[in-house]
Amino acid sequence: MSKFSIITRGLVKENPTFVLVLGMCPTLATTTSAMNGLEMGLATMFVLILSNIVISLIAPVVPDKVHIPVYIVVIATFVTVLQLLMQAYVPQVYATLGLFIPLIVVNCIVLGRAEAFAGKNGALDSALDGIGIGIGFTLSLTVIGIVREILGSGSVFGWKFIAGDGILAFVMAPGAFLVMGYLMVLFNKLAKK
Amino acid sequence: MAAKSNLLNMAACLTGVCLVCSAILGGVYATTKEPIEEASRKALLEALAVVLPAEGEVNPEAQFIEFDGKNYEYYVQMLDTTAVCWAVKSTVGGFGGPLTLLVGVEKGGVVHATRVLSHSETPGLGAKCETETSFIDQFKGFDTSVKSLKVKKDGGDVDAITASTITSRAYAEAVSNAVKVVEKIQEEVQ
Repeated sequence: MSKFSIITRGLVKENPTFVLVLGMCPTLATTTSAMNGLEMGLATMFVLILSNIVISLIAPVVPDKVHIPVYIVVIATFVTVLQLLMQAYVPQVYATLGLFIPLIVVNCIVLGRAEAFAGKNGALDSALDGIGIGIGFTLSLTVIGIVREILGSGSVFGWKFIAGDGILAFVMAPGAFLVMGYLMVLFNKLAKK
Repeated sequence: MAAKSNLLNMAACLTGVCLVCSAILGGVYATTKEPIEEASRKALLEALAVVLPAEGEVNPEAQFIEFDGKNYEYYVQMLDTTAVCWAVKSTVGGFGGPLTLLVGVEKGGVVHATRVLSHSETPGLGAKCETETSFIDQFKGFDTSVKSLKVKKDGGDVDAITASTITSRAYAEAVSNAVKVVEKIQEEVQ
């Protein structure tokens, strides 16, 4: 498989949100606006790339029976590092996403990629896989966030184009499921062609 | 592929990984400790500047007082040598979780201004308590000796945010608690 296709695979064929349907909790919870979706995606991508690299390096020496605990410790370490860095340097972003950052540890995308890819491939390929899946996840979250923000608040990235409120249901949980469902149908229809 | 497992290499591997990870976390914690404190201090000073009047000097050292079984954190604004305004950190249960406000209260139970420190209200509804100026501004100069800190639905004088009565009620309650705390602070001083 070429290096380039490792990246593009994460965007369409193995898009984590619309095709693999992984990591639904942060996807549905944080996409109340385009900005929140984008930030959450980038945070997950940061952890994904670093944990993929480290896990691909240590995988050959990790005994089989303890590989899951070892992977989790590595992932949890990067998440905590990210959490501390965000708290220190981007406190505003941390204030909106704070609750969901620790949950990246149990995001099945991260452990899923460690199991399915990083544990069996080299460091470079694993880093590319992290980038591909990370970009796929970020774009998906941003798109869901954009749609929900347009319908729910009448704005895009905080820029308001109608006065007053939108359809508030789209900012709340039911709207998350609706938007997610319709985008999944649309995505898979287009991707099949 | 992965090495064959036996007790020794499993224990050694887990210990090794945990040691390295703890060392990394320790290092990051040590380097970010100061910026984190700096950021939270800056956020507090910013909030204090909003809820307290411009004249006078605020003591950024937190003080504590017990009221109604809860411990309240507060800050005093001094003009020359007299205390003129108090900023009280007041937490109540909102619609989605705890709602924490910083409330500036002048002598005589007049609210100077309020500011949301943290909340978990519904985006687009209750979360407006942080941004909707028409709601926030009604608390500026709110005189509790003539007006009542309850939403209009409950017979008070606070205009609730549309479709977010519970959040508005909690907000009013937090402000009202802060006013009572300041009353107690003043009593204790005298």
